[in-house]
Amino acid sequence: MMAEFFEYLIEPMQYAFMQRALLMAVLVGLVCAIFSCFLVLKGWSLMGDAVSHAVLPGIVIAYILAIPLSIGAFVAGLFCAVATGYVKENSRLKEDSIMGIIFSGMFALGLVIYLKVQPEIHLDHILFGNILGVQAADLWETGIICIGTLLLIILRRHDLLLYCFDQAYARAIGLPVKLIHYTLLVMLSLTIVASLKAVGVILVIAMLIAPGAIAYLLSNRFSSMLIIASSVAVGSSIAGVFISFYLDADTGATIILTQTIIFIITFLFAPKSGILRNKTAI
Amino acid sequence: MADYKFNPTLKVDDITVTYNNGHTAIHDASFELEAGTICALVGVNGSGKSTLFKSIMGFIKPIKGAVTLSGMAVNAALKLNIVSYVPQAEDVDWNFPVLVEDVVMMGRYGHMNFLRIPNKKDKAMVAEALEKVGMTEFSQRQIGELSGGQKKRVFLARSIAQEGQIILLDEPFTGVDVKTELAIMELLKEMRDEGRLMLVATHNLGSIPDFCDHTVLLNRTVLAAGATADVFTPKNLEKTFGGVLRHFTLGGDDLHDDDDARSLSVITDDERPLVIYGKETKKSKHATSDKDEEA
Ligand SMILES: Nc1ncnc2c1ncn2[C@@H]1O[C@H](COP(=O)(O)OP(=O)(O)O)[C@@H](O)[C@H]1O
Ligand SMILES: [Mg+2]
Repeated sequence: MMAEFFEYLIEPMQYAFMQRALLMAVLVGLVCAIFSCFLVLKGWSLMGDAVSHAVLPGIVIAYILAIPLSIGAFVAGLFCAVATGYVKENSRLKEDSIMGIIFSGMFALGLVIYLKVQPEIHLDHILFGNILGVQAADLWETGIICIGTLLLIILRRHDLLLYCFDQAYARAIGLPVKLIHYTLLVMLSLTIVASLKAVGVILVIAMLIAPGAIAYLLSNRFSSMLIIASSVAVGSSIAGVFISFYLDADTGATIILTQTIIFIITFLFAPKSGILRNKTAI
Repeated sequence: MADYKFNPTLKVDDITVTYNNGHTAIHDASFELEAGTICALVGVNGSGKSTLFKSIMGFIKPIKGAVTLSGMAVNAALKLNIVSYVPQAEDVDWNFPVLVEDVVMMGRYGHMNFLRIPNKKDKAMVAEALEKVGMTEFSQRQIGELSGGQKKRVFLARSIAQEGQIILLDEPFTGVDVKTELAIMELLKEMRDEGRLMLVATHNLGSIPDFCDHTVLLNRTVLAAGATADVFTPKNLEKTFGGVLRHFTLGGDDLHDDDDARSLSVITDDERPLVIYGKETKKSKHATSDKDEEA
């Protein structure tokens, strides 16, 4: 019985592409999870969605210019975030409306250029990722971005958290709130770029929200929120990679489905906030 | 707590503040405060109290005029970690995953190294601040699991731990029971005696003469500012609140059976009322019933 179980775990790992996929999924899951805690607390989920869609023209233009696609993606993502801030400061529109216009406009621009240029990269792979096609070079790139982002977040987490919690106070005690704001935006763009190969432009937002949302329901302290979010994400990544192998399903989508199922269970049964718990308690 | 590097002062010099949407919340406002002051900031909802705080903290730049803190421009003063802020309850996300202790520790960030690792002194200051506001036993509670009064005390403890010299309190008495209100007032007086400067937005007209030596009356501009005894007159309050305020006056005939002609005025903005007997301003004797304090 036990031996059979191990057999199931070992079999997919005999393929190098599956090993790379697993490593990629865990890396991306981890960095997205850590960042998702800030996104959920800051109420920036829509910002994450906007930035991830906005990278499309960056990728296509980078392809035309023959520079690394991730640089193009990063610049485009950051542009979207900064442009949103700029328009907000200079108009009376609310942020969500501005973001909606900017990111869908950029996404549409990306599509138009893509069809004109007809690059060799599949649109499917940009939109939904291609985790089974990950190469060693991709792993290095993602690995470096992930480790850099993780280090920055973990070392500066106190200031980032204070910024999310009480921006006015952060300002009053002299923290550089503008710098912190842009640090968060840069990290958001980097995280999205790092995740593109694994889950693509459309699905990355799930990885950037679900773990933080699950952890939020389960914790009353930030340190435990970080730990829960990372565990959920890494667990889902591993489970998703194996399950998708046996079901012959899309790996990125399976990982996200796993997180979604965990979210639903948490939503229903969380000790304090679960709706079923509360019903029975009455 | 004797030697301060900076003499905390606040000067608001003819400022006009306009939001991005074109709304001018404050215009041509001026007043000046010295060290060792508790100043009440009084005005109806929407009169610009929070906006004034935001401009003192440099959140919004006045389109005209300037704010000076301890003789310095706002940004320079903020860098020195002398300004502190107690937010209005509506501005706090009470579901945020932080414990009481975490919030108070935020007050120490400005004193810590780059990595914000607390040392012995930081921990001691946090413990002391919690003790001072009587929240020691709640240090491990998530902030949403507190009553209105306890919530306020946590944020006050944060300012105490910070050793802030210029402290801005945005409606610290809203949703607070009378006992906590008195405790907070005592703490503020203590801090005033240490030479700090506090600006307190409040609707509790009745308690202002008790603990605020200065008063600024605000309605999109400064209507009156100065020593409470001079500023806090029925006439000025009338001007500040217009029809919003409830104002009862019982004439001498209704009040007494003797020849005393003094009348009794009760002025209230829904919180603790201000009672004026004859011409002098009297403290109210907690005429309102205790506000809810559930936990
Ligand atoms: N961010 C904002 N953008 C535009 N207008 C605002 C903003 N914040 C407050 N206001 C407006 O400015 C005025 C003053 O608000 P505020 O300073 O919050 O008053 P108070 O704190 O005295 O109740 C109100 O009319 C309010 O609607
Ligand atoms: Mg206000």
